[in-house]
Amino acid sequence: MSEDMKLTIDRRKCVGRKGQTIVEVARENDIWIPTLCFDERMEPYGACRVCLVEVEGARALLPACTAEITPDMVVTTSNERIDSIRRTVIELILSDHPKDCLTCESNGSCALQDLAYRYGVKESSFGGEAHSYHLLDDNPVIERDPDKCILCGRCVRICEEIVGAGVYGFVGRGFDTTVGTPYEHPLEESPCLFCGQCISTCPVGALASKLSKGAGRPWELEETDTTCPYCGVGCTLTLWTRDNKVVNITAPLDRGVNRGNLCVKGRFGFQYIDSPERLKHPMIRGKDGRLRKTSWNKAISLVTERFSGIVEKHGADAVGGLSSARCTNEENYLFQKFMRAVVGTNNVDHCARL
Amino acid sequence: MKKKDKVVVGLATCGIAAGGVEVMDEIARELKKRRLDVELDETGCIGCCFAEVLVDFEKEGMPRVTYGDVRPEDVPALVESHLVNGKILKEKVLLIEGRKTTEADFLKKQTRIVLGNCGILDPEDIEDYMGIGGYEGLRKALSGMTPEQVRKEVLDSGLRGRGGAGFPTGAKWNFCARAEGEDKYIVCNADEGDPGAFMDRSVLEGDPHAVLEGMIIAGYAIGATHGYIYCRAEYPLAVKRLKMAIRDATGKGFLGSDILGSGYSLDIIIKEGAGAFVCGEETALIASIEGVRGMPRPRPPFPANKGIWGMPTNINNVETLANVPWIIREGAGKFARLGTKGSKGTKVFCLTGKVRRGGLAEVAMGTTLREVIFGVGGGIKNDRPFKAVQIGGPSGGCLPAELLDTPVDYDSLPAAGAIMGSGGMVIVDDTTCMVDLAKYFLTFTQMESCGKCTPCRIGTKRMLEILTRICEGKGEPEDIERLEKLAVDIKDGSLCALGGTAPNPVLTTLRYFKDEYEAHIFDKRCPAGLCSELVTFHIDPEKCNGCTVCARNCPTGAITGEKKEPHGIDQEKCIKCRECLRRCRFDAVYTV
Repeated sequence: MSEDMKLTIDRRKCVGRKGQTIVEVARENDIWIPTLCFDERMEPYGACRVCLVEVEGARALLPACTAEITPDMVVTTSNERIDSIRRTVIELILSDHPKDCLTCESNGSCALQDLAYRYGVKESSFGGEAHSYHLLDDNPVIERDPDKCILCGRCVRICEEIVGAGVYGFVGRGFDTTVGTPYEHPLEESPCLFCGQCISTCPVGALASKLSKGAGRPWELEETDTTCPYCGVGCTLTLWTRDNKVVNITAPLDRGVNRGNLCVKGRFGFQYIDSPERLKHPMIRGKDGRLRKTSWNKAISLVTERFSGIVEKHGADAVGGLSSARCTNEENYLFQKFMRAVVGTNNVDHCARL
Repeated sequence: MKKKDKVVVGLATCGIAAGGVEVMDEIARELKKRRLDVELDETGCIGCCFAEVLVDFEKEGMPRVTYGDVRPEDVPALVESHLVNGKILKEKVLLIEGRKTTEADFLKKQTRIVLGNCGILDPEDIEDYMGIGGYEGLRKALSGMTPEQVRKEVLDSGLRGRGGAGFPTGAKWNFCARAEGEDKYIVCNADEGDPGAFMDRSVLEGDPHAVLEGMIIAGYAIGATHGYIYCRAEYPLAVKRLKMAIRDATGKGFLGSDILGSGYSLDIIIKEGAGAFVCGEETALIASIEGVRGMPRPRPPFPANKGIWGMPTNINNVETLANVPWIIREGAGKFARLGTKGSKGTKVFCLTGKVRRGGLAEVAMGTTLREVIFGVGGGIKNDRPFKAVQIGGPSGGCLPAELLDTPVDYDSLPAAGAIMGSGGMVIVDDTTCMVDLAKYFLTFTQMESCGKCTPCRIGTKRMLEILTRICEGKGEPEDIERLEKLAVDIKDGSLCALGGTAPNPVLTTLRYFKDEYEAHIFDKRCPAGLCSELVTFHIDPEKCNGCTVCARNCPTGAITGEKKEPHGIDQEKCIKCRECLRRCRFDAVYTV
């Protein structure tokens, strides 16, 4: 059991557990601390500096995302000194960021936009050089816009820590630091799995799904939570629909077994939903070799009849069953039970063993 | 037995760069030609970098003489005069043991603990080091002291980290010793990178065994199982001598398993850095050793608890470790008698820039800047006025003439706005523009920023842009305020010390030389006559005697005039390369 710790955040008494960071405890207590490089799925990083808070007794400001709580800690999340740095940081990021929110895919779901709004930063007072890189559009799924990148390192870290592919890394130094692939090769020539985890963590519009481009603003879309049909893991999905068509899939951070993570199929494999080739009814092949639409009752009766015939004629071991990884554990259990108890054979296997 | 006469050539990087290898070859040839039975040896840097190549002559019946500025063509005369005729060749003399020479103050005003052997011993010969008591500190620690006693001795000595931050070394060792971990690491930080700092290189090249001995003692004190020396790859000679030192120390049983039969074992690996300044920062250094991009991470956790591979790690700078054998050998009390209340021992400074005697100066803590710059350094080149000294490299501050009586220690320098840093001192005269100097250091930090945190990555870039436009005469009245605001927020907001100290050169020049900023911004004038966008070059007809040197060297043909008649500069053609100003021997070229 982890040990409880009392602390004060913005004059409010809070209780946290040993090992928790200030941000975690603050969020559990509905105290808002801005973050850009923080994503609860990964190890804290402390790079963007908008989460700096004052801790009594500490000379320097501490990043709330990396600083662990200590007993009787007294934290101030906002005052003149803190807000001045936050405003400067936001201004600095904006000074090297395109002002094209009107057409940006992330408009309405952009952490930088939200912070600029919250702190009333309209534009940077520093001016100066801004980068102008090429849009990286070298694959069918992920579009990268380095101009919009704020170097928070979330894509680098999620690919390394969660996916284990390590596609991205930092390149260059100082103002000209960028995120790149090894030798700047296209994503398709890298170990990229196209899972889109990088898109899921990008706080701005530097990484975007090409499948959802122009499909609608967040407020125009309807959200529906469901379970991914692809495999037995059963990840929680949020389907974003417009006019009853799925235009994007994300995963919520706070629920489901996947906690925000998805694979390539779960995130991008939704085009089949509206495919004209999709099988929506049972079909029976007639004597002429053509498939004809039928009812479930008729289809199942035909299967029962044929299987019973085989078992009668050749014995139960003439039948084998192969179930799918897309079924749940319960479904797989029922399937083997069916093969053993009803059909009467031990010839049962599963595609995951292949 | 009669002691053989000896000639010793200073072959640290500075000596080699000045042509030391050629001088050594020439001496060998000359000795062979004359069939002289004289021992020819090499040594590290004694610190008189202003007079390289340095050659020491030790002849029976004569005092030891150090000749300076020796070129290969000087060798025959030197050998003939000193070794054959037994006469000191006066023109080339730098120092004579026990006698006063014009440059004698350079060494006389120093207190040398760390540099004591540099330029004296043969760094490639472990016997030389052992001959002056080398590895006796280690023997004493391992045979008669517990690790706690060693740590207490270092704590009592008052030794503080010489890499920049000045944290008490003994306390740092205690943290690591008390941290729990299966393995523990002792690391020597030899990633010296401040512009104008080369003391660590000189120590590694001149006395590598002292660093190694300090490191083994430190390893014993904290219970380290492995050691790393993180040395920048740009120091090939240091790496070579460290490798030799490790090999020889292992051969003598000072390193490896069961050191001196004490049961304590330590292995040391040299890891060469790949050229990033930021890797001198402890957490970035650890990342680099682990094989990933050198980027700092927030602390806590401190390396003492979670360092290399998550294990307790203690990182000390080269100069810090080089002090350790002396402290153990001579005792904490003797060390603590040197220096001031809060800063014990000595500090090595690198004198560079417009100082007359550039080189290494090791002085007791608390010595004033004036003593260091004028006493040891001999004042300003060409007798120009002293304007300022930048202490502590790009993280440090720029102090003006009014503060020359500031003692150099860990308390007085920060109070004045500078830091001790690694100990680089860049000395500037009235021809240096302070805005331009600040711009130079910001260019450095911006290039070396790792790009991780926003204030350092973009903030220093914006500061640099503002400084650039001020130097170009495009500064706006609000720019000073913008610089101050950015400086404060970058200091407060950056992740590591690189960003946290990057604004210091700007803040101190603003504090002590604000008038120069204002002259650039409001009067569009560079008081030092340096910023090319703001100056024009002219020839004083009173002083010009028409020697034509300027006209002949002007790359654009902007200067015209008859022989023996005053010349003139065509402003349309002038590209402000300063060549005429440098070439004129009659002070006739001036800037407006």
